[in-house]
This record gives sequence, C-alpha cells and structure tokens, in this order.
Amino acid sequence: MIRIEAIIKPFRLTEVQEALVGMGVQGMTVMEVKGFGRQKGHVEMYRGAEYQVNFVPKLMLIVVVPDNLAQDVVAAIQKAAHTGKIGDGKLFVSRVEDAIRIRTGESGVEAL
Amino acid sequence: MKKVAAALLLFQLVLMSGTPFVFSQESPTGAAATAPAVAAPAPPPTVDAGDTAWLLASSALVMIMTPALGLFYGGMVRRKNVLGTIMHSFVALAIITVQWVIFGYSLSFGPDIGHFIGSLDWVGLKGVGLDPNPDYAATVPHQAFMVFQLMFAIITPALISGAIAERMNFKAYVLFILIWSTVVYNPLAHWVWGVGGWIRNLGALDFAGGLVVHISSGVSALAAALVLGKRKGYGVELMAPHNLTMTVIGGALLWFGWFGFNGGSAVASGALATSAFVVTHIATAGATLSWMLVEWMHRGKPTALGAVSGAVAGLVAITPASGFVGPLPALLIGIVGGAICYGAVSLKPKFGYDDSLDVVGVHGVGGTWGALATGLFASKLINSAGADGLFFGNPGQLGIQALTVVAAWVYSFILTLIILKVLDAVVGLRVSEEDESEGIDISQHGETGYTF
Repeated sequence: MIRIEAIIKPFRLTEVQEALVGMGVQGMTVMEVKGFGRQKGHVEMYRGAEYQVNFVPKLMLIVVVPDNLAQDVVAAIQKAAHTGKIGDGKLFVSRVEDAIRIRTGESGVEAL
Repeated sequence: MKKVAAALLLFQLVLMSGTPFVFSQESPTGAAATAPAVAAPAPPPTVDAGDTAWLLASSALVMIMTPALGLFYGGMVRRKNVLGTIMHSFVALAIITVQWVIFGYSLSFGPDIGHFIGSLDWVGLKGVGLDPNPDYAATVPHQAFMVFQLMFAIITPALISGAIAERMNFKAYVLFILIWSTVVYNPLAHWVWGVGGWIRNLGALDFAGGLVVHISSGVSALAAALVLGKRKGYGVELMAPHNLTMTVIGGALLWFGWFGFNGGSAVASGALATSAFVVTHIATAGATLSWMLVEWMHRGKPTALGAVSGAVAGLVAITPASGFVGPLPALLIGIVGGAICYGAVSLKPKFGYDDSLDVVGVHGVGGTWGALATGLFASKLINSAGADGLFFGNPGQLGIQALTVVAAWVYSFILTLIILKVLDAVVGLRVSEEDESEGIDISQHGETGYTF
C-alpha cells in the first residue's frame, strides 16, 4: 500500500476529488493546513501598511491506495491540481505497513 | 395649515379626475393648464412645507433601503463574500448619484424625445432648481422630486446584484450598473413616469415602481444569472446563508424604508400618502404570513429566511398598487404575492440557473403579480386620479397592465443580455476560479468581513 500526501491549492480540491473518485479511490482525508515552500510566503498590504504572510493556506489530502494504483493516482493529482503558477503544492509518496478497518477488523488492502 | 393643504390637494385631485389617468409620481398639473394665456406671467407655484417635509423624509427613507439591501443580501451569502456583496449595494449609492446628477435625471425626466427618453436639456441638473416643476410635483421644490427619484434609481441596479452574488468581478459590476442605469433604467423610468413617456400616455398604473424598479431588476437578474453561469459548486456544495440575523435586520430596514418608497410616491403629504403607507404595511404582513405558512406546510418548518423573504415579496407586490387600492385588496395582494413568490423560489432549482439570492423569484415574479393585481383591484374611490381595475368594472385596465408588463420584461431582458455579453468580451464578468474559491472579499477588495 502506498500513502500519498498531497498539498494543493484549496480551489483545486473538487477537481482532484473528482479525478480520484473516477479512478476508483475509495476514500480520502482532507485537512486545512498552512505552510510555505521555496517562495517563503509573501508580502501583502493593507491601508498602506505592509505585512508578511509567512504561512499560506493550503489543503492537505491523504490517500492510501494499493500499490498498482499509486502511480496513476500521483499522476492524476498532479494533473488536477496543476495551475502552472507558484504555490501549486507538493506530493509526498511513502509506503504503508498496514491498514485496519476499525468496525470489521479487516486489514491490508481489504481495509482501504 | 395641514387641513388647508389637504383640502387643496383633494380639490386638485378632483379637478384631475376628468383626465383618463395619472401617475403617482407627479402631482396635479391644473395650475399650469388653467393659467391665463395672456397677462403677466403666471405666479410661480408655491412650495408646500408639509409636502416638502414628507418628500425629503421619504427620500432619506428610500436611501437607507440600499445599504439595508446590502445587509439583506450580505447575510445570505457565504462569509467569504459578505463584504463584496455589501459593496455591490453601497457602491451603487455613489455611482448612480453621480450618473443621475450628470445626465441620468435628464434622460429619465427631461423634456420628452419620441415618447422614449428624456432629452439632455437638464444635464448637470441645469434648470432643476428650488422652484416646483408642476409637471411632476407642483408643491415641492424640483430638487426634492429629483433627489427622491434618485433613491429609486440607486436601489434598482443594486437589486440585480443578488443574482450575480459571489462570483462577479467588481470592475465589471461597476461598469454594468453604470451602463444598465443609462440604457435600461433611465428609458424605463421615462416611459412610465416621464411627461410624454409612452406607457404613461397609455394609462397604465404604476404607483411606486412595479415596472420600473421590480420587474426591470428581476428580469435583468434572470438575464444576468444566465449569462454569468452558476457559482462553482452550485448544486453540489451547501451554500447556506452565513448570517441570517444580518438578513433579518436588512429585511426589517427595507420594510421601514418602503414607507418612504410607496408613501412618498404620492409626492405630497396627506390622504394619498397615508393610504399608500397603510396598504404597504398591510400587504407586507399578509405576504410574511402566507410565505411562512406555505413553507411550513410544504417543508415542515417556518424559517426566518422565509418570513423575511415573504415580507420583501409583499413589499414588492404592493408597490405598483399602493396608491390605488384599499386595505382589504392590499391584504389579498400580499397573501397571494407571498405564496406565488414562495412557489417561484421553490421552482428555481428545476430551471437550472443560479439566481443566487432569488431576485427573479421575488422581484421579477412579485413585481409582475403586483402590476397585474393593480389592474384587478385599483379603484377610483381610493385615488380619483387613478383608474378602476377589473373588479371595479374596468377590465380594460388589466389589459393595459399586462401589455406594459410584457414591454418591461422584453426590454429589460434583451438589453441586459446585450450589455453583459459586451462587458464579458471587453473586461470579463467573472472572477477567476481561484478567486471565487477564496472569496470575493479577499480577491476583489483585499479585506475580510470577520477577523474572529
């Protein structure tokens, strides 16, 4: 099983969700997060006063999928979240030891 | 003093009863017509203190309706769009005032050109001074009539903003209301209220702006919702109002201001103003109750949004009829209006357009009902300068009302469609998807409504 953490621009969520559901992903978790990358936030102005926005609001999706789906899911998220502008986000891919469905006790890929 | 003024007014109204019709937003013109043709120039019409006081107070009452509309609409959107929505109303106060002073008033009420529009003779309020203009209001300074009419011109384009809420580019909105006022509102106001306007000559009854304000804005809202398209996520995400308390305060202030809107449209203080004031209140109560009850039976719960929407529907429905009907017909107009508008708003999802805050269902449908109901219930017993409706033995009036409704629908719809298509090609109507998702407060104005 592969875990994909995707940090994306909030307004791309519906597109990413639709793409993943369309390819058979069973579930996902979404969090509102803030952070910065290479750009280190940016400066904004209000009534002539500057202020630093260090942490930019993003969404983080966590999806765990069977190994055979992982590559396609990564590609689909990248495509759906892409705008070409700075701040499109990042994907982190890692291996998952196990998964357990709390209600039934099923484990492994069955639990996804 | 008041009694004398009222008696004079009554006398003048009786004089007027020989002419086939009269529009509310004018006052008797007997003085000019009967002035001796020769001899020294006729004495200037005198300003009546009571009439002027009421018209100025009414102007202030109608003024507060526009920011009230901002609150009414602002509460209904999601929190990320509250300031942008309030700004749509607030900025209309500034834009339309400047437009009105420079050329809008002249286009609406200036000397007639071909029964279609006013000329540019009154540009920059040239000649619009402190002496009464007997064509429109013989007992108040011309500027009082002008500023009262201005408040109507302001709220009308602001009403449309409910249909384009949460997704329109602010620059496009500013240009839209400026152009819309000039090519839709000004001609329509001239047709209905301007001396020489063709609808006025036809003898249609529109006391306080059923055609000019509510049908024009409601129908233009339909065109705008169709051109702009749905909000992102419409029909999928929950788009519940973020602050209904604000909406109820806005609705209550609209009700309050509407006493000036309808009562002031008598352009005089006294009997007719009182009648319009009273029936406005009665119809509104009727519509609030009927919307609430129908919703209660249909959906199981009487909502606060429903009650306040019903109130606005009643205010809209009674607007064209307010100077021509008595208390019980007003109650009926309100009760039926609330129920019809509830039905129209409930049917909206079936039509598939995203009129975000139900401008079409309330102002378009309610205004149409009110204009037709005026043709049913109008009575010369209430306003001798008006006309009788169907139920008072004059079925022809209903036909006239229907014809003018169709004209207002067709004109407003087509012109709005053209304006928006052109603006879309030139500046773009919608904000980007990212800006829409983030909200128009941040993306258009760089602010948020709430910091907690």
